[in-house]
Amino acid sequence: MMPWRMGEGDPQRDAEGRLRNLLAIEGLREGEILEILDSAESFLGIGERMVKKIPILRGRTLVNLFYENSTRTRSTFELAAKRLSADVLNIAVASSSASKGESLLDTVDNLLAMQVDGFILRHPEAGAAHLLARHLGERAWVVNAGDGQHAHPTQALLDVFTIRHLLGPISERVVVILGDILHSRVARALIHALSILGCPQIRVVGPRTLVPPELQDLGVHVFHELEPALTGANVVYALRMQRERMDSQRLPSLEEYHRRFGLSAARLRLAADNAVVLHPGPMNRGVELSAEVADGPQAIILEQVTHGLALRMAVLARLAGGNP
Amino acid sequence: MSLRRRIRNLRLIDPVSGKDYRGDLALAAGKILALGEIPDDFQANEEIDGSGLIACPAFLETQFQAHTPGSGLHGDLRSELHAAAAGGFGSVVLDPDTAPVADTPGVLYQQRAAAEAVDYLRVYLSGALTRELQGESLSEMAALAEAGAQIFSQGRQSVADSQRLRLALSYAADLGRTVFLWPEDRCLAGNGVMDEGPLSLRLGLAARPQAAEEIGVERDLRVARLAGAAVHFPSLSSAAAIARVAEARRGGQVVSCGVSLHHLLLSAEDIGYFNTHSKILPPLRNQKNRDDLLRALADGAIQCLTSQHVPWGRETEGQTFAQAPFGIAAVQWTLPLALRLVEEGSLDLLQMIRLFTTGPAAVLGLPPPSLAPGANADLCVFDPDAELQPSATGFSRARNHPYAGWPLRGQVRYLFVDGRLRYCSAAG
Repeated sequence: MMPWRMGEGDPQRDAEGRLRNLLAIEGLREGEILEILDSAESFLGIGERMVKKIPILRGRTLVNLFYENSTRTRSTFELAAKRLSADVLNIAVASSSASKGESLLDTVDNLLAMQVDGFILRHPEAGAAHLLARHLGERAWVVNAGDGQHAHPTQALLDVFTIRHLLGPISERVVVILGDILHSRVARALIHALSILGCPQIRVVGPRTLVPPELQDLGVHVFHELEPALTGANVVYALRMQRERMDSQRLPSLEEYHRRFGLSAARLRLAADNAVVLHPGPMNRGVELSAEVADGPQAIILEQVTHGLALRMAVLARLAGGNP
Repeated sequence: MSLRRRIRNLRLIDPVSGKDYRGDLALAAGKILALGEIPDDFQANEEIDGSGLIACPAFLETQFQAHTPGSGLHGDLRSELHAAAAGGFGSVVLDPDTAPVADTPGVLYQQRAAAEAVDYLRVYLSGALTRELQGESLSEMAALAEAGAQIFSQGRQSVADSQRLRLALSYAADLGRTVFLWPEDRCLAGNGVMDEGPLSLRLGLAARPQAAEEIGVERDLRVARLAGAAVHFPSLSSAAAIARVAEARRGGQVVSCGVSLHHLLLSAEDIGYFNTHSKILPPLRNQKNRDDLLRALADGAIQCLTSQHVPWGRETEGQTFAQAPFGIAAVQWTLPLALRLVEEGSLDLLQMIRLFTTGPAAVLGLPPPSLAPGANADLCVFDPDAELQPSATGFSRARNHPYAGWPLRGQVRYLFVDGRLRYCSAAG
């Protein structure tokens, strides 16, 4: 590690500029994203087979290193690795060494001493995956499974995969992202992915305390009222609302949030015909979405989960150097 | 016992008279004996060829964290003063934010004893304005003054309660010492780790808006006026805040401000991909503000430059941006970093020297450092053209700085304090 140069270069790439780690969507090329999405399409069929396993990562060992709770992300990464025949070590650090004061890099060095090939890291602090990638250098690769409020690249990839799979090219769709954009790594990653894929209009909507006007620097249209934001949209992406936003006085109450920004069936009718509704989960029914919308025909939330598995297989296969 | 020295063929720059001329320098008994034309009967024990070198008074650092007393993990007075001497400094003011905090006479006596044991550069002490720097109860300032506090300081802590600030400043004003304040609206700053702007939005890091500093400066200026106290803001980052200080000075208020080299050389973009070595307080601001700071510098709105030395040991490395401590330890490269600003045309050499000598001395209530005969022989003799690339590790115990590999010019050749040679580097 060269800690004195830690801000320089792009730790996502090797010296030749090849994608070595997946740390953030920002900085990926359109071609790279499309390759991963295409490869995920071919992995999608594997789940429908009787024998849901292919030998691409046979003999490799991956570590699911999670410093935060997760159900969907952790289990789809685990299943994705297993379907590619890798050995998977699941470590939930929130309840082990971190509480004994061991640093991230010390934990990783110990795991590295067990000769593992790659890390899937979720961490509550922004930049943790970058820190790990710099520390590892050539020794192992890293997939960022969510770092603080910074990035969650596989979530964004599975989201654009889902949109493309069901609606066709992103470059013809108007996308609305609804909720707490400011604190959301999912929103940040999705905005970058949509931009790179040429989405003609990305709208973000929510109260000013959670959707600051400065977000337009990311190339999005900022709304603070739901109805005009929804009008004519092809995709509505609702973000999870965290209870701690009430504690920090960014919102008066979840009820008031639902009144202003909850997605009801009536409001959804403002969107284009056959608009789809996505949510990264876990969902608060009656807060972000009404039950009618969550369970309705336009919601494709469970498809996102299925696609997440195929997409994560594609990412792992790519970083480990295999093809379907 | 110091030698009688003669340094020949120097370019001499005196910040007090503003004179810039060529000649020799004669040092004896710890003082400057003569300069320019040296008396014929001066017998030197040692002669130094100063061709191509510039001599000026040694620099004075107003922001110096040496973690003394402290754990030793992050450096101590010996390691950090060595780095400071190489950067051109003959004197430093210790930060009060030590472990324990310099809020009792005992800590100051300990610091004085440490400085005497190291016996290297001039060390000035600061007493904490409030106990534990918490901004709540007054420290025993008269006792601290008696123990040698040159100034009172709040370290890097703002005082949240305006009435307590008023009382602390009023009490300090009785004792005739300048108070270093850290102006910031603490609630608005929150737990931000970088400047609020497009980059903090992209990186998903908690941010401190520049307005927090501007509100802090406005409030502290007004409270200081009520209290009748002389205050100094040792490290401002906002050009608008500096303009407010300049306005207050024009109105007759006894107030001054300093800016760190880092805020003049770097901007928030230098954080790049979470570079913890660019994590400082106040945070690096945007490029436009940096341009405004350079203009304020050229306009004379800034009284002191500082390297704002805050070393952190190896144990703090390998942390995420939010976890890593604030601070840059680059005092060793102060001279070449400052010369870079001169080279870029942001200020001239005389101005730069004043901002590290007479500027800080006025703030501290010390006699102006000069090259006049009879002045202390605290001298910085440097080669302005020597090429130098800061290394990752230097004399400091720490290596938390972002300048490794920068192509710079300027190297301290000889550093004298009281006529004694404290640092000497080989000619490249």
